[in-house]
Order: sequence, then C-alpha cells, then structure tokens
Amino acid sequence: MREPIITFDNVSKIYPLYHHLTGGYKNFLFHLPKWIKSLKNAKFEALRDISFEVHMGETFGIIGKNGAGKSTTLGLMAGVLKPTRGKVIVKGRISPLLELGAGFHHELTGRENILLNGVLMGLTRAEVSRKMSAIIEFSELGDFIDQPIRVYSSGMLARLGFSVVAHLDPEILLIDEVLAVGDMNFQKKCIDKMLGFKKGGVTMVFVSHSMPDIERICDRVMWIDNHSVKMVGTPKDVVLNYSKF
Amino acid sequence: MVDSFWQLFGRRIILIPPKIQHYIDLIVVLTQKELKVKYKSSFLGYLWSVGHPLAFAFVFFVAFKVVMRVEVEDYALFLIAGLFPWQWFSNSVNASPLAFLGNASIIKKVNFSRNLIPFTQVLQDMIHFVLAIPIIMLFLFIYRKAPSLSWLYGIPALLTIQFFMTFGVCLIVSSTNLFFRDLERLTTIFTTLLFYFTPIIYPERMVPEKYKTLINLNPLSPLMVNWRNLFLGGTLEAAYLAISLGYAMLAYLLGYWVYKKLSWKFAEVL
Repeated sequence: MREPIITFDNVSKIYPLYHHLTGGYKNFLFHLPKWIKSLKNAKFEALRDISFEVHMGETFGIIGKNGAGKSTTLGLMAGVLKPTRGKVIVKGRISPLLELGAGFHHELTGRENILLNGVLMGLTRAEVSRKMSAIIEFSELGDFIDQPIRVYSSGMLARLGFSVVAHLDPEILLIDEVLAVGDMNFQKKCIDKMLGFKKGGVTMVFVSHSMPDIERICDRVMWIDNHSVKMVGTPKDVVLNYSKF
Repeated sequence: MVDSFWQLFGRRIILIPPKIQHYIDLIVVLTQKELKVKYKSSFLGYLWSVGHPLAFAFVFFVAFKVVMRVEVEDYALFLIAGLFPWQWFSNSVNASPLAFLGNASIIKKVNFSRNLIPFTQVLQDMIHFVLAIPIIMLFLFIYRKAPSLSWLYGIPALLTIQFFMTFGVCLIVSSTNLFFRDLERLTTIFTTLLFYFTPIIYPERMVPEKYKTLINLNPLSPLMVNWRNLFLGGTLEAAYLAISLGYAMLAYLLGYWVYKKLSWKFAEVL
C-alpha cells in the first residue's frame, strides 16, 4: 500500500454568498434586519462531506459536470481555500493548478511572465533563469516570447502556462483543464510531458472533460457529482459509468 | 538600470537560506512587475511620477502665492518638499483598493504571501519618491540652499516610518475592499480630505491656535512636517518623529491584523 500524499477527510466547503451592499443606502437601512438574515442564510454548499486519498506517484483524475465542485477541490488542495468542515492534508510541495494565463500580466512579455510566474510558483529567480531557455524552447513561441502577452492567442497563452509548470520540478502537480485550447501538436506534447512526469514519480491531479485523456493518463479517477463523490475507481469503470449517466 | 541594481542585490545574498531567498525574489519580481507595467506603455515614463506633484505645486503656487499672496518664505520650494512625500502616500493608498482585486487570478490559484502585493506597490511608490529627491535638491539649489548632512540618517528614518504607515493603511484598505467595494470611492475622497487637513500647502504655524492641538490627531501631519523641515533646513523634530513612529506602528499592526483576519477568505470572494 502506497502512502497517501493528499488526504481529504470528510471535507465540506460552504461559501457564504457575499452581498456587496448593492441597492443603495436607503434600501440598506430600511431592510437591515432582513439583510442580516439573508447574510446568515445565503450559503452555497460546494462540497459535501467528501473523503478520498491520492497516493504518492499516482495520477488521479477528477471528472464531473460544470459546477460539481472540481475546482473547489483543487483550490482546497492548493491551499487557497480553507475547508469549512473536515481536514485536508497535503504532504509535499504543490505546484498550483494552471489555467489560461493565471498569474500572467498582459503588459509583460512572455519572458518576463515566465520569471514572474516561476517565482510565484515557488522557484527562486536563479532557478528560473537557469531553466529559461528550456521553457522557451518547450513553448515553441519563437520570437513571440519577447512580445507582450496581450498579443498572444489563447492557445499561445496555454503553451506558455504549461511550459512554466512543466519545468517546475513539482512534487504534486495540479492540472485544471489546460489542454483544451492548445493545438493537436501541443496537446500531444503536454500529454507526453505528463507521461514523463508519471514515470518520474510525480503525483498528479488532473481535472479534465476529455475522457480519452483521462483514460490515457490516469491511474484512478474520481467522479464528483452534485457536490459529493459519486464514484472512485479505475478510469475505465468510472468513465464508462459517467458516459452512461 | 533598475534591472542591474537588482541583479547586484541578488548576487550578494546568495548565501541566504532558500526560503528567505525565495521571499526576497518574490518581492523583487513583483516590484519589477509594478515598475515595468507602469512604464511599459508610456513614452515619458519616469517624468510622469515627477510631473504630477510638480503640476500640483505650480497650481498651488499660482493660487496662494501669486493670487492670494500668502506670507511663506520660498513657497515653491516649501510646496515641493511637502508634495513629493505626500504623493507617495496618496498614490499608494489610492491604488490599494485594487491591490488584491486586480490580482484575482493569482490569488485564486497560487498560495503565496498575498500581503506582498500591497507591500511591493508601496515599495514601488517609495522608489519613485526616492528617485524624485534630486528634483527637490534642484529646487534647493535654485533657492540658494544646500542639502544637509542630516539627510543621511533623516531620510532613511522617515522612509521607514512612512513605509510602515502607508503599508498598514494599504493592507486595511485592500483587504476590506474585497468585502466592501464602496471603499474604492471612499478612499479617494478620504485622501483628498486628508491632504487639506495636513500642513502641506500651509505651514503648521498658520493653523489657528484653537485648532493647533488637532494637528497631531492627523497621523500624516507630524510625518509631513518632518519631511519638509528635513528637506528645507536639515532638521528633525524628535517629538514629531516619535508621534509618527507611534502612528506607523499602530497602522502596521492594525493593517496586519485585518489582513490576517480576512486573507483566508480572499479566494472565495474574488
């Protein structure tokens, strides 16, 4: 039995629905009691009592409909969200989920963004500089690398984002729906890189709507439906049930 | 120039433990980002950060010296010595409502010390202020005065005090603004009011006797008066220094407390 590297222990996440005091002061003053009441009651349960473990070196897929709670799960793993109830235990350095251009600044060039993003994700400047040429080469962005990224297409942004994360030397890698926008060539390259990570013993958590990708890469898959775990199992079983559902 | 400065700075601290090195690198990279973004799409760049307070100084000079003939010696110099440090404070505070709001994508994805965002913004405005000090010197020379040796300890002391005071206020504003977005509008009104209640365009001796005690209730007054005295005559008033230090610590502690209380919810509300 391999040891768990990420543990969710009866985790619930409830978001209060924040009201940003709209409707003006008159409205606010007249309806103060009602407003306070609505503050207390307006809640949204994103995850209800979920428990699972991700083992060391495993590639763990998460599937489910939009709004089922996948991103909240990743947010909890990354440590940007706190569980309302239950415990989330993560052992090891997490390389955060990447999403199109998260943490990029559109006025900076690709090269400057690599530095910014790399350092934000836990590398020192010296480490990023050492990897700079490898990252640029992997991204295949060519001369665009010295252009501000506001001129990039969404596919190019995805390339840049994945290239940075691919060179982070992660222990745990969280991947949220990134491959969807890249072209075929680059998608294949990303999958290859991920398979390489897998061989290297990196633990990966992979959120995707692409069932072929899930089946190809993952060791185990969790299906989240309606804010709780519907099923955990081998990719084949879970994907089969999911597509029938 | 900024780049090579940081490189030098970075190389000297190679022996520092990795965790602290990373912290420093984060500050460096985020500050670089602020500086680059600020100047990327403007042709005149640095001149803008100097031009703004100079334009204000010109307006006040015309209004109060030329038209209303206020009796203040070397009024242009007087204005500039107060407006530059004020500009640092007000720029930082006015930008702070968007500090976290404008970086939503990073905050929602990456778990890092988020207080570094307002920290580097204040640092960036401080750098601009320091770069503007030569302009103050230029005006000193025009008025046949010279910088004083006391600047050597006076400037670092006041920089530190103002940094923590500004950072504290910015932490409060930037954190609270996520939950109460009206703060954005209130902040500009607040800094404008504060500006006129601070002895910057008038000397504190002109304040009527019965309001004099109120001056020290404004946290910015002792600091701004000290800046001006330091630039104009090379003097620092110990009492003002102590009071502003107290305010700075208070602002910083309060800001940090508010930030600590709210920061874990940031990713939820953004």
